[in-house]
Amino acid sequence: MAKNKKTEEPQAQAAAAPKAGLFEYAPAPESPAAAGDIATSYGHFIGGEFVDSSGSEALKTVNPATEQVLAEFAHGTDEDVDRAVAAARRAFADWSALPGSERAKYLFRIARIIQERSRELAVLESIDNGKPIRETRDVDLPLVAAHFFYYAGWADKLDFAGYGPNPKPLGVAGQVIPWNFPLLMLAWKIAPALATGNTVVLKPAETTPLTALRFAEICRQAGLPKGVVNIVTGDGRTGAALTAHPDVNKVAFTGSTPVGRAIAKQLAGSRKKLSLELGGKAANIVFDDAPIDQAVEGIVNGIFFNQGHVCCAGSRLLVQESIQDELLDALKRRMDTLRVGDPLDKNTDIGAINSAAQLARITELTAAGEAEGAERWAPECELPGTGFWFRPTLFTGVSQAHRIAREEIFGPVLSVLTFRTPAEAVEKANNTPYGLSAGIWTEKGSRILWTASRLRAGVVWANTFNKFDPTSPFGGYKESGYGREGGRHGLEAYLDV
Amino acid sequence: MSDITLRLDVLKTYKLYVGGKFPRSESGRVYEVTDSKGQWLGNAPLGTRKDTRDAVLAARAAVKGWSGTTAYNRGQVLYRVAEMLQGRREQFAAEVAAAEGIAVKKAAALVDAAIDRWVWYAGWTDKIAQIAGGSNPVAGPFFNLSTPEPSGVIGVVAPQTGYGHSLLGLVEVIAPAVAAGNTVVVAAAADAPMPALSLGEVLATSDVPGGVVNIISGKTADIAPTLATHQDVNGLDLAGAIAADGPGAAATLEAGAADTLKRVIRPALDPSAQDWTTAPGTERLLSFLETKTVWHPMGI
Repeated sequence: MAKNKKTEEPQAQAAAAPKAGLFEYAPAPESPAAAGDIATSYGHFIGGEFVDSSGSEALKTVNPATEQVLAEFAHGTDEDVDRAVAAARRAFADWSALPGSERAKYLFRIARIIQERSRELAVLESIDNGKPIRETRDVDLPLVAAHFFYYAGWADKLDFAGYGPNPKPLGVAGQVIPWNFPLLMLAWKIAPALATGNTVVLKPAETTPLTALRFAEICRQAGLPKGVVNIVTGDGRTGAALTAHPDVNKVAFTGSTPVGRAIAKQLAGSRKKLSLELGGKAANIVFDDAPIDQAVEGIVNGIFFNQGHVCCAGSRLLVQESIQDELLDALKRRMDTLRVGDPLDKNTDIGAINSAAQLARITELTAAGEAEGAERWAPECELPGTGFWFRPTLFTGVSQAHRIAREEIFGPVLSVLTFRTPAEAVEKANNTPYGLSAGIWTEKGSRILWTASRLRAGVVWANTFNKFDPTSPFGGYKESGYGREGGRHGLEAYLDV
Repeated sequence: MSDITLRLDVLKTYKLYVGGKFPRSESGRVYEVTDSKGQWLGNAPLGTRKDTRDAVLAARAAVKGWSGTTAYNRGQVLYRVAEMLQGRREQFAAEVAAAEGIAVKKAAALVDAAIDRWVWYAGWTDKIAQIAGGSNPVAGPFFNLSTPEPSGVIGVVAPQTGYGHSLLGLVEVIAPAVAAGNTVVVAAAADAPMPALSLGEVLATSDVPGGVVNIISGKTADIAPTLATHQDVNGLDLAGAIAADGPGAAATLEAGAADTLKRVIRPALDPSAQDWTTAPGTERLLSFLETKTVWHPMGI
């Protein structure tokens, strides 16, 4: 990790100093006050009320850009989880018996209120997560609202979804979500669950609980019946209590492959339905006829979007050998212009790493990359002195055996490998236990489709990357998990079919 | 002097709804509309063949923009219609009660159903392709994908009978066509056009682009044949074609539509027995769609 060389400057909120060159950006800070009031401490949201935990343990959530504590929140005990599941169970009979058209209208209300409050939620998300306001404002929040809007429409159309007449909900869904897209992952979990008539207990990640708790307020504004949505905060212990709870009928988890594997083992022999959206090590394949500038934008978006905290990030660049030099030159030029710094600055491209623990993991894996013989490169840029930061980094000379080619780094680190033939590209792309996403860059349509048909990945982007839409199913092959979120296919995970 | 009140109501001048504007009929004529007991309700514009052709022009001009918006955007616009209609529930309840000769309470339930019907179709916009399209496993190295596209301009003869026809039935013939990305020209129910003309005011304040929905009141025997035989209309919904014979009869209209091979929805066998509160299926949603299939080779 690069050290800040100008420690005498006040840098807590300063974006990286503008690059010398043609364009210099003045800071364009979003107001932190737009996030609304953040309480000093939060309890759980159970049965339509904010309630205290049965235990006394509190966790802290910090702003990763400043390391300042934003709020304390309850660590959910087994008893808390039990209360939440009981509230969801009580609400299930009436909620599932509502006509679909009425459930739909609740979800439409939620979608509209999210749209109305999107600025507040975007700023709150940036503060709690560290991701740039440009992304929360232009990506996360529009997708969150759209997801509720989309699944609202399915609530009274389940007979048309291809699962036979009158498909039934499962019951109480226990949902555990990660910190990389806190509110978006909440939407991906809650919207289809409610549309199909389930009730939920959701546990947000322990570093990013604030938008989920704000969402609880939105449920109240929408008049959602009590107990249909319950939010229990805590760390992995709370999550394990929730997924293990005997009165949960459905478990949905997004997070790391090791935890997903543990949940699958925990649920073995039970009757709980399980969907898992886990890690990835996506290949982004650039053929020799690719439009270079467009590909460079796609590569940058693929790995540096959201600080690389993206399970489907294009973390392995597979470039055809004949264009390697040209492509890498262009890529480095582009990386040189990336602006790392204050997440609330509207010019910021790369915000803060979500936590000290994640920063340590990225640091450890990149050190391993160098130790194993790969060549490291990162643009010169200053980083703020407080907070968790990592420069956009690429490794060349990476072999398939290197840890940085095999393990999910979950940070702004790109590993570059080369290939000579399309068959070799496919072979290398599939040489991973993961199978979440992949990218293909070529001007030739038939080559896109040939390659896509051979890639063992759940989402394949051609001449684009990291595109998401509520109508489009998302999920992995192999050890990237099972089940799909989004689209008509996303209903299946919450129906007894 | 007993009919003098302390405050005189301001009566509305009912107008056509064409191209997002509220013109009077080019004929300069109106006709009296009465309730079921013969009481005068107001004067409706007597729309003509020329008014109808103008409306088709407006509808055609709106096709590119409306069919080109994302399905998500169309869904939000349709949901906005529901929001606006909810705010005018009492007004429509009164108009529907007068139009159909039913109690205001029953009419209000019909308005509620009409609001919910907009919500139902708002939710369909981005799902039509997911139930009506799909990939086709052709026997060869090809990518083959079928997707639905809107037919274009649809002529609609609005329901003139049946329980709930004046608003709910009207919504049931407009909303699915526009949800799919079509634009429509509607011949309002001749005897009960007030809810239709007022619906135009709702649409005009709901982010629905001008020309997407056009509403003409007048004689069905003038408006419907103009739509049926118009060279630039792609589909025809004959829900309200109730005349036994003559130019407004369903068979005559369908025959006229055959000249340009319009897609036609025939009226119910007994339109007067139709209950518009019945939950809709997907017939109207899928009738005015074209299926486009794209082939592309797969290979290095």
